[in-house]
Amino acid sequence: MKSIKEINQKIREGNICVVTASEMKDLVSELGVEKAAKEVDVVTTGTFGAMCSSGVFMNFGHSDPPIRMQRVWLNDVEAYTGIAAVDAYLGVTQLSEKSEEYGGAHVIEELVRGKEVTLRAISKGTDCYPRKEIVTEISLEDINQAEMVNPRNAYQRYKAATNSSNQILRTYMGTLLPNFGNVSFAGCGEISPLNNDPDYRTIGVGTRIFLCGAKGYVIGEGSQHCPPYGTLMVKGNLKEMKPEFMRAAVFPGYGVTMYVGIGIPIPVLDAEMAKATAIRDEEIWTEIIDFGVARRERPVIKRVNYAELKSGKVEINGEEVRVSPLSSIYMAEKIMKELKRQIEAGEFFLSAPVERISKDCVLKPMRLKEVKLVRSVMTPAITVEPETSVEEASKIMIQKGINHIPVVKEGRLVGIITSWDVAKAVAMKKVGRVAEVMTRKVITTMPDEPVEIAARKMEKHDISALPVVDAKRRVVGMVTSEDLSKLLAR
Amino acid sequence: MMLQLKFDPKTVKKPIISLATLEASALLNIIRASVGPREGELVVEVEEGKAEKVVEVLKSYGVEVHSIKKAVERDEEKCVHCGACISICPVEAIGFDDEKRVVVNTTKCIHCGSCVNVCPMKALALP
Repeated sequence: MKSIKEINQKIREGNICVVTASEMKDLVSELGVEKAAKEVDVVTTGTFGAMCSSGVFMNFGHSDPPIRMQRVWLNDVEAYTGIAAVDAYLGVTQLSEKSEEYGGAHVIEELVRGKEVTLRAISKGTDCYPRKEIVTEISLEDINQAEMVNPRNAYQRYKAATNSSNQILRTYMGTLLPNFGNVSFAGCGEISPLNNDPDYRTIGVGTRIFLCGAKGYVIGEGSQHCPPYGTLMVKGNLKEMKPEFMRAAVFPGYGVTMYVGIGIPIPVLDAEMAKATAIRDEEIWTEIIDFGVARRERPVIKRVNYAELKSGKVEINGEEVRVSPLSSIYMAEKIMKELKRQIEAGEFFLSAPVERISKDCVLKPMRLKEVKLVRSVMTPAITVEPETSVEEASKIMIQKGINHIPVVKEGRLVGIITSWDVAKAVAMKKVGRVAEVMTRKVITTMPDEPVEIAARKMEKHDISALPVVDAKRRVVGMVTSEDLSKLLAR
Repeated sequence: MMLQLKFDPKTVKKPIISLATLEASALLNIIRASVGPREGELVVEVEEGKAEKVVEVLKSYGVEVHSIKKAVERDEEKCVHCGACISICPVEAIGFDDEKRVVVNTTKCIHCGSCVNVCPMKALALP
């Protein structure tokens, strides 16, 4: 048994034994739990990955005459100002109003790199704050406080992603290739902080941590904290951070985020902690879920452990599928080594948590009044057959006032013909059978799909109607963009 | 080896790839193609022993030929070694070294550019 006080005394005296989490696994295998607990004082853990729930509170100082900033932008990225006059919170995922590939994370990184950013603020003006507008350049040195406060960081483990659909998907889990083309996963597994203290004995409110190169603190459990998918809320002084341990990133087709580097020292208080820090990737399980289904409850494709994920290949439906990490194990290792160095050099002392974080999972879905399904907005479909003449199809369109007719053969959907196809056929003097001009690759929806998903399909493919099909691809109705806009207008 | 072929308004209209296949009796594997009415650009893979003959035939028809030696380039400053690119590469040319750093196998790379578009750090580029 050792106390944190004793460990700090050893740091002061310069006879501390620190190992990284990677080193600890082998050490425990070699020495056994008891002996390792005696020998090792601190295990450094680390993670470096995309952490969208991050941002910085800033206090810009007062101008003369002063302004109560109602809206403020830094390099055209808006920060939240619903707090005091010259305080603002800049979130990493907030997009620039000028570019899709620049956001809050970029502004924060530029500030840490010592660059100036343009601040623009507006206000309606008050008796105490008469100024209505301000434009100036600021750097990290100029502002009073810049405190990084991240509501959710350092996910203990995370669900891996794949894609069963036939479309390429651009997600926050990276680019997912169609037909189970790849798998992506986040988190660093056995070296990640919370996996090395799964009972949250030493990581709690007040634990001193390494945050992007600065000393930071755990300030509570993170949002969506749900053990063993635990998370942390952390803070640290941006002015002390180093650009090499943070990085603005763009997930193509999704948005901006920030790669945040976190290191947490785990005191080896007893054999139990030595055992906890010996955890291996093989023991850390998660699920691969299917992003091809754009619902809250995405289907689980299979259970996997981090050793399988890190091997670079997993098997799905009998086929080998390649795996991409999204977190950087290399950078996590670098952070663990840097934290180890700081402790050994007497630059970093451990702190005991003043309060434990919850071991219970409370994760409620958002309560919605009602989920509108396609079934409730679809209209009966009028169909034609491939052998029907284009002329006949065009007559139906005019009579019924519709622009889309699903084409069915033996009850199954085989194509769709639109008024545009008819116009094209006339222009090209190909007014023969429907089969010759119809579109064969039809984007469809199902009766129990939420209308938002149907709307997203139309938007993505730039079309204005979807045939509604059942599991056997029998057409049971049609839904058009007009049906949906009527719904939204109500 | 990998060849980059540029076609002008004249050459783009002729079936030059077929002619090169027949005349050099070599197999050409088209890796990338962008062909319009006025110009075209192709990247083809040719077996090492036949490359010289293929280049000769292509040039005789007026095609501009460059051999590609460099693979996709990784910016060491920008790359954080996350590995998002690894599973995207169709030919498994990207992987980790022993220290978990991202490495590109330059001889395997087919210049498709898939990885360039998925890198969260914009650290990859085609030379």
